[in-house]
Order: sequence, then C-alpha cells, then structure tokens
Amino acid sequence: MLQAYLPILIFIAVALIMGGVVILAGRVLGPHRPDSAKLSPYECGFEAFEDARMKFDVRYYLVAILFIIFDLEIAFLFPWAVALNEIGMFGFVSMMVFLGILTVGFIYEWKKGALEWE
Amino acid sequence: MDQAFDLPGLYPVLPEIALVGGAMALLMLAAFGGARAAGASNWLAIVVLGLAAVLVVATGTGKYEAFAGSFVLDDFARFMKIVTLVGSAAAILLAQESVGDQARGQYEYSVLILLSTAGMMVMISAADLIALYLGLELMSLALYVIAASERDSLRSSEAGLKYFVLGALSSGMLLYGSSLVYGFSGTVGFAGIARALAGGDSGIGLTIGLVFIFAGLCFKVSAVPFHMWTPDVYEGAPTYVTAFFAAAPKVAAMAVFMRTATNAFAPIVVQWQQIIVFVAIASMALGAFAAIGQTNIKRLMAYSSIGHMGFALVGLSAATPEGLQGVAIYMAIYMAMTLGAFACILAMRRADGAVEQIADLAGLARRSPTVAFFLAMLLFSLAGIPPLAGFFAKFYVFLAAIKAGLYALAVIGVITSVIGAYYYLLIIKVMYFDEPAPAFEPMRGELRMVLGVSGLFVLLFFIYPRPVVEAAALAAKSLF
Repeated sequence: MLQAYLPILIFIAVALIMGGVVILAGRVLGPHRPDSAKLSPYECGFEAFEDARMKFDVRYYLVAILFIIFDLEIAFLFPWAVALNEIGMFGFVSMMVFLGILTVGFIYEWKKGALEWE
Repeated sequence: MDQAFDLPGLYPVLPEIALVGGAMALLMLAAFGGARAAGASNWLAIVVLGLAAVLVVATGTGKYEAFAGSFVLDDFARFMKIVTLVGSAAAILLAQESVGDQARGQYEYSVLILLSTAGMMVMISAADLIALYLGLELMSLALYVIAASERDSLRSSEAGLKYFVLGALSSGMLLYGSSLVYGFSGTVGFAGIARALAGGDSGIGLTIGLVFIFAGLCFKVSAVPFHMWTPDVYEGAPTYVTAFFAAAPKVAAMAVFMRTATNAFAPIVVQWQQIIVFVAIASMALGAFAAIGQTNIKRLMAYSSIGHMGFALVGLSAATPEGLQGVAIYMAIYMAMTLGAFACILAMRRADGAVEQIADLAGLARRSPTVAFFLAMLLFSLAGIPPLAGFFAKFYVFLAAIKAGLYALAVIGVITSVIGAYYYLLIIKVMYFDEPAPAFEPMRGELRMVLGVSGLFVLLFFIYPRPVVEAAALAAKSLF
C-alpha cells in the first residue's frame, strides 16, 4: 500500500534537489555586492516597520476589488471551457450572458475613471 | 440542450430580466450620456419598474416554474412583487430631488434600486435555498452601497458599514442553516425539504438548521432579537434611503419568510410556530416601548417598523391561509403608511438643510394644515385607529391569530398596539398644539404626490377594501 506513495516520494526528492541546486548555484555563481539598500527589509511600497494602522490610498483597494472580479471570471471560465462539450448551447449562452454583464460593469468602471491612477 | 432557446422556460422570469436589463442599460446610458442622461435616469428607472409590474400582471394567474423548479411564479409571488415594485418606484420618487441636490450626478442610486428590486423579486419567487440566498445577497449588496451613498457624511458611512458587517453575519447564519438543512434532508428545494420532514424522523439537525435560517430571515425583516442594526442604520442613512429601506425590502423579506415557513417547513409547523410567536411578541413589545423616548423621527420610525414587523409576524405564526392573507394585507398597508410618513419627513427641510427632530414639527398644523392633516391620518393609521387602513391591517392578523387559538398572542398584540399609540399621538399633539417652530421650505411635487396617494389609500381603504383583500386571499391560498 505504501508503494503507491513512491511517486510522491520521488517527486519530493527531485523537488528538494532542484531547489537546493538553484539556490546553491545562485550563491556560488552570482555576483555578491551588498549595500545598505539591498540589505534593508522591503515591503511593497510601505515603510517596513511602523504602525500597522496607517492610511493608505483607497485606489489600492479599488484595484484589488477589480482584480478579484476578473480573477473569478477566469476561475469560472476554465471549468466552463473544459465542460463545453457536454453543456452545449445552453452552457455557451449562459456564459455569454455572464460575460456580457461583466462587460457592462467593465465599461462603467472605465468611464468612471476607476482605471486611471491620477 | 436547447433549454436556453425555449422561451416559455424563461417566461416567469421576464420581469426580473427586464429589471436587470433596464439597470444595465441605465448604467450605460448614464456613463456615456453625461449629466442630462443622469438626470433622466430616475424617471427611466420608474419606467423600468412599471414595465416589470406590467410583465408580472401579464402572466395572469396560475403557477409557473423556471430553472427546474427553483423559481416559482404564483399568485403569492405576483401580489408581493407588485407591492415591492410600487414601493421601489415610490422610493425613487421620494429621492428625486435629494439625489439631484448633491450635484454629483448620483445616477447610481436608481440603478442600485433597480438591482436590489431584482434581488427582492428573486427572493419572493425563490423555491429553493440557493435561489433564496442569491436573491437575498443581490438585494443586500445593493442596499449596503445605498446606505453609504452619502460619501461625505460620517453617519452615512457608519450606517453602511454597520449594515454591511451585521448583514454579512446574518447571511452567514442563513448559509449555515441552509447547509445543515441540506445535509439532513438531502435537498435544497422547498418541496423536497417538506417531503423529507414529512417522512418523520426529522432529527435535531434539521431543527437547528431551521433556527439558523429563521435567524437570518429575522435579521432581514428586523425582528427582535435581530433588530439592533435598524435604529442606527435608519438614522444614519440619508432620509430618502431610509424611506426605501423601511418599505420594499421589508415586504420582500417578509414574503420569503412566509414562503419558507409554509412551503419548506410546513410539516414541523409546531416547532417554528413557537419561534415566530416569541419573535412577534418581542418585536411588538420593543417597538412599543423603545420608541417612546425617541426624539429623532427617523429613529422613531425605525422602532415603529420593528413593532410593525412584530404585528405582521402574528399573522405568520397562525400558519393558516387567513393568517398569511393577513400578513399580505399588512405588508401592503404598512408600505403605504410608511412611504407617506417618509414623504413628510423628507419635507422637513429649512433653508439651512434638513432637520429630523420631532420638536421641529411643532405647530405644523398652523403652518401647512394639509400636510399636517395627512401626516396625522398616517400616524393614526400606524397606531391602528379605525376606520383607517392600519386598523384593518391589525384586524386581519389578530383575527387569524384568534382563529388559530393563539389567544395570548392576540391579547399581547392589542396591548402593545395601545402602548405604541402613545408616541404616534404624541407627534400629532406636537403638530397641533405646540407653539409653531420656524416654517419648512415648500414641499416638492413628488413628495406631495406620494403623500397624497398614500394618505388617500389609508383614508379610503375601508370604503373599498375588496381588491386588496381578495388579491391577498388568492395569494395566501397559493402558498398552501
């Protein structure tokens, strides 16, 4: 029974070796010239150490929300594409209606200027 | 395979499709058409609501199903949908100038109203738990945004946030209950759940699921003990938004409550009846007592609406066709009274802005006798004094409760109704006998229209109540 897990064991071993080799290669072959900017901790766009309750631009939030909508759309499209053979015309039309509604929302946010940073 | 092109299959959903299509068309029109199109969007939204109402009526009578039975259009759905559509249209009328005032081109308001109305219509027609949840969320998401629509006002933002957090909590409870019910009955369809329950051996799991679903629905109709959001949201939201909140969404939530209770959980009526009786008594009592100390009229209307939901639930707890007919009549009359009262509240506006203290109404009878008269009639009706419509609303639900043997409930209902009359009468006393406060600005035409129609409906209901009463009877019969 345990033999059934052999491929996974091999996979883990290969992954470990590959990962180790890549890190090691970077260490040995790469140029190594540290300076203070490189060594300081980094957090995208913010000071790394300060009060977490700070104000940040609401536009980050807007972009995140818009991203999620289209992210979900993709997550929805993949199974639809795979199953399209079986769900036929009904499935096709349903998805087109869904995409149409999404497009209306997209046009609205575009016209509203939600996609412009300044 | 070809169901998509089978038009009769989508026939019962046409009103909803019209609403959603109209909302999207309005959104595009306003996005491309600029300020002038945005100004017309309120009227166009009312046209779309009217079109949906025509489509609902055009389906005639009888029962139609769509989406494999998860959407049902029967007489009950028709009655409740018409009431909801009227409520939404009136809410847009009430908002007309307030939205224009802000000169920000807030055409989103009417689009959001259309979308939330579409959600309500789906809720009213929902015949399985998934359709119920979809409709509920579509309605609620639009409502959260509307509550916070006055972006520069701290109170409006707070109201929106509170509503959102508590609404999400209640949706969670509803979903948890639905998952339990699905797990223990093996189906999400109302008919299937009823069959599983009728087979006996319902088990404790189903009962817990039922309690959670009812808790979520109680939140939406703002019945005690799930009412805590109501006063804050009603006070914080812009007044024209409060007027909408108090009318159409309540009708839709009550309708879905009625359908769930009588269709899905009919076999365990004994178990849910005691929940509803408790909720009804608690709501009536809180509505009567907590409103007494209020000085802000919007807050007072919030407690008043909690109390009225309690009265409506008295009819539901009877669990008979008469009881549900009573609830249907109650919701129609309640909506008319509430919209009329809010038309008056919206007219409470001086040169330096809107006011919302009860004391500001002082001496209204001397300043503008007609408005004061209509408001007094609406308040008498809300208090349930014959021969106004509000009396008949209470009469039908209490009668049904007595016929169902719920004597204690009916007696408590009458007592709380008398206590509640105190604060309605207090407002009338302020209007007629107190020294006049500074005058309000003249009332806008749309407000006059809403106030006039609702006032006449309330005044003249007793002369010719038959259309409403008979339609409600048909509606209630189609649930059993």
